[in-house]
Amino acid sequence: MSNDVFVITEHMDGKFSDVSFEMMGKARELASALGGQAVAVVVGGGVDAYVFASDATIHVDDAALSNFNPEAYGKVIEALVKEKSPKVVLIGWTITGMDIAAWLSARTGAPCAAYAKDVCVEDGALVVSSQVYGGKLTAEVVLEGDMAIVACLAGSFPAEAGQGSTVATVTATPVDLGSLKVKFVEAIKPAGGDVDITAQTKLVSVGRGIGGKENIELAEELAEKLGAALSCSRPVVDAGWLPRTRQVGKSGLKVKPKMYLMLGISGAPEHLEGMKSAELIIAVNTDKKAPIFNVAHYGATADLFEVAEEMLELL
Amino acid sequence: MTVKYEKAKAIEKEHIIMDGVDVSGHWNRMFEQRTIFEYTPELIEKIADIPDAESFANCYQCAKCVAVCPVDVVGNYGPRKLYRYAQTGLDLTEASELWLCTTCANCLRVCPKEVNMVKIMPAAREQAILDGKFVPAELQQAFENTAKSGNPLGQPQRKRDAWIKESGVEVPIMKDLGRKVNVLWYVGSYPSYHPRGIDAASAAARIFTALGIDFAVLGKEEKDDADSQRLAGEKGLFEMMAEHNIETFNKYEWDELVVTGPHELNAFKNVYPKYGFERPVVHYTTFLARHLDQLKPLLKHPVNKKITYHDPCYLGRHNGEYEAPRQLLEAIPGVELVEMARNRQNGYCCGGGGGGMWMDSFTAKHTTMRLSEKRAMEAASTGADVLAVACPFEVSRFEDAVKSTGNEHVGVLDILELLDKSMRGE
Amino acid sequence: MNIVVAIKHIPSIADDLPVSGNNVDFDSVDFVMNEWDEQSIEQAVLIKEAVGGTVTVIGVDLIEELDNALHLALAKGADKAVKITADEPGADSHMQAKWLAEAIKGMSPDMVFAGVQASNDIDGQIGPILAAYLDMPYIGGTSSVEASDGSAMVVKEFAGGAGAKYSVGLPFVAGIQAAPKPPRYAPISKVRQIAQTATIDKVEPSGDASGRLSFKKMAPPVVTGHAEMIEGSSKEVAAKIVELIKSKGLA
Repeated sequence: MSNDVFVITEHMDGKFSDVSFEMMGKARELASALGGQAVAVVVGGGVDAYVFASDATIHVDDAALSNFNPEAYGKVIEALVKEKSPKVVLIGWTITGMDIAAWLSARTGAPCAAYAKDVCVEDGALVVSSQVYGGKLTAEVVLEGDMAIVACLAGSFPAEAGQGSTVATVTATPVDLGSLKVKFVEAIKPAGGDVDITAQTKLVSVGRGIGGKENIELAEELAEKLGAALSCSRPVVDAGWLPRTRQVGKSGLKVKPKMYLMLGISGAPEHLEGMKSAELIIAVNTDKKAPIFNVAHYGATADLFEVAEEMLELL
Repeated sequence: MTVKYEKAKAIEKEHIIMDGVDVSGHWNRMFEQRTIFEYTPELIEKIADIPDAESFANCYQCAKCVAVCPVDVVGNYGPRKLYRYAQTGLDLTEASELWLCTTCANCLRVCPKEVNMVKIMPAAREQAILDGKFVPAELQQAFENTAKSGNPLGQPQRKRDAWIKESGVEVPIMKDLGRKVNVLWYVGSYPSYHPRGIDAASAAARIFTALGIDFAVLGKEEKDDADSQRLAGEKGLFEMMAEHNIETFNKYEWDELVVTGPHELNAFKNVYPKYGFERPVVHYTTFLARHLDQLKPLLKHPVNKKITYHDPCYLGRHNGEYEAPRQLLEAIPGVELVEMARNRQNGYCCGGGGGGMWMDSFTAKHTTMRLSEKRAMEAASTGADVLAVACPFEVSRFEDAVKSTGNEHVGVLDILELLDKSMRGE
Repeated sequence: MNIVVAIKHIPSIADDLPVSGNNVDFDSVDFVMNEWDEQSIEQAVLIKEAVGGTVTVIGVDLIEELDNALHLALAKGADKAVKITADEPGADSHMQAKWLAEAIKGMSPDMVFAGVQASNDIDGQIGPILAAYLDMPYIGGTSSVEASDGSAMVVKEFAGGAGAKYSVGLPFVAGIQAAPKPPRYAPISKVRQIAQTATIDKVEPSGDASGRLSFKKMAPPVVTGHAEMIEGSSKEVAAKIVELIKSKGLA
């Protein structure tokens, strides 16, 4: 048993995601409070692992790990934490980390706190603040046991504190990856031809409040008049009203436009992750208690259709 | 479309001698009677075969209905046209036309063949829903909200009586009262939850209180009547809500059920009886008109306005009440009542009936303007300051419409609000 | 294909969530099916329609009100419904997954689906925990699952239309992000007919597990900032937004 804090980093196409650095910065803080080391764990190849401000970086590389594979990654991470028994394991509450965190908890018996916005050590105990119920409540929980897993929401901590140049120790995989049931087949590239919403300076973004596919045209017209592209939140994509390429948020794209005009988006944490660094956020929603109003710069409780139509008149 | 033209079959005898004259070969050629296919009847039969939609086949295309159809005024519609479209290949259960009818019943009023769209549309829509055909997403949402939350707005059931505290008077709830009342007031979903509906509900509560009516409401036990959901094709949902409401109504002792909305009136008076509920139901306008003698002395403050009144389809054409609302408006000192050209039996529909309330965006795509906008323009053209309404669907519909047609100067108020104004002097 | 769909009944976030002590006041909230479970059910029914098989929907009945959700699933095309009669509104994901795992074990499923997440998954989602307890592999965030010859082709979504295709040997657990088609509408007449005729198998909760989290506090988030609210009619709001955008040189 150690007092180390492990960060399960994540990378795609040779680049580490921001959440890896964000967790690394937090890990340093926790490690110093616990009197252990902050350790970056890099699983898989094709990436330069010398980029973290860690006390040590463990890089596990294997041909079976060249693409994300929940089964292979899970097995490697499980073997690693069982061997090194860190005090805390930080994992991103992301589309890949979500495949690992709770599974690892069930495999090891260690508690797991998801939707984590903050982690701290209070009187030797690990306390996590979690943003649950669609951001409507914040829970403060204490994690019992020798090891704790914390699944962190992206964008919760500053990334700079996690950036560094610690030398990585490359090791072979601690488990046999010969008989995996999950096999990577191929990468799927986004369907070409659609607008790249991450490259736009202005976005008009619609949420569930848009009501139906037949109303997309109105939003599109408004976007066009504003010289903006149309983006959306997850429910709009799930309902088949707009393609995946337009989705902002955790399971969509992260955007940072100069203007983000939100129509009928309540502001679930998953969506906020994708847009909160936009320079000007304006939200129109009928629910005056919508969490988005805590993040937006300007807000209005109004009917989005009326506002959109009135704006079209004015532009 | 598939139009079949059958060539007539020729009859030609090789050798015939008639009365000594040789008429062999083409000289004796005759033709069998030919079946003329002017159209394919299958798609008309498909609709007329649905129980309750039989009268669709009665149409003989006189087009009287088109002249009075409110949707045709802002688009290309009308029962006769639907019949013709079906002849030429349109499957109504799969067409956008299926969702445009507001069941306003003006066509039925003039139809010599009793083609009843008020029955045809719900039946055809139900078929489409059961067959998993296209249902406008907005409407689907209203159905799901009603099933989950007991109201089409998707508001929590336990907040159904939250409006009461805004009324400023005591509104007794049946469950807490524990005794018989004269009047059980069914408030309705929009008056319970919609901000402008709450204004009308609060006004009603104050009026009932001032009149000394012995009344109570169901509070959290009340659920949507679901008549408009039925007309939009969700009969199962309607039945589920009807069973709940009937059970609740029958739990308590009361003499008369007073409803805020015409759709609720239609539900409880005309449809719930088929499910075993047969008790006295009146719309608030009818009820208050009966109390005019007691009401008049309370209307102390003049409302110096020119007012035009919009007949709700489900209060007027469907239930025959045209005069009570007008009597109430005329009882208010200072009011000058003016009529729009289309009024009473020929009143123009606001677009909210038959599920139209939840299909505004869909309808907008298939019409040149909203029905509510057309009506708002008609109201404005009378020079009225106020468009008075008596249906909870209408306040929000017309408030939008007066704004979008540049007629903000026309106020939209429920008759309840106007009475309350006169009573309290605001 | 024998598909089991594990659903989660959770407090509705459509309204404010009252707090009692250090947790949600479960007595004064409405419980609804997790929205991602609707995607799971649709995904399962689509596979059944494509290759045949049986869809069994199972959930932990936390407040004795799960029947509606199960009837809805049956109306949408599930074949069997099972509820674990727990009557423990606060049961966490570990506990629910344990009970589910014990009940699912005997069903010998080819695939087990769960919603990719739920808004109250504070100790993690049911899916991956269930996979660990059943000793099956887990893959979450899926946008398509297709059955093919003793295995499945699974598309996992990353972002913006990018993703990866995996071949997964049976049996496995998937966390469904979205079905390839939007969930179908179930007419209430069908739901009601099912409610009258369908039998829901009842299973006693068996086994014990815990997320080992102790709740210190539960409260609405501390508001760090709030938008400057634009008041007025829709017309006024629109005018102010346009003015604002123009003043920043954005229109």
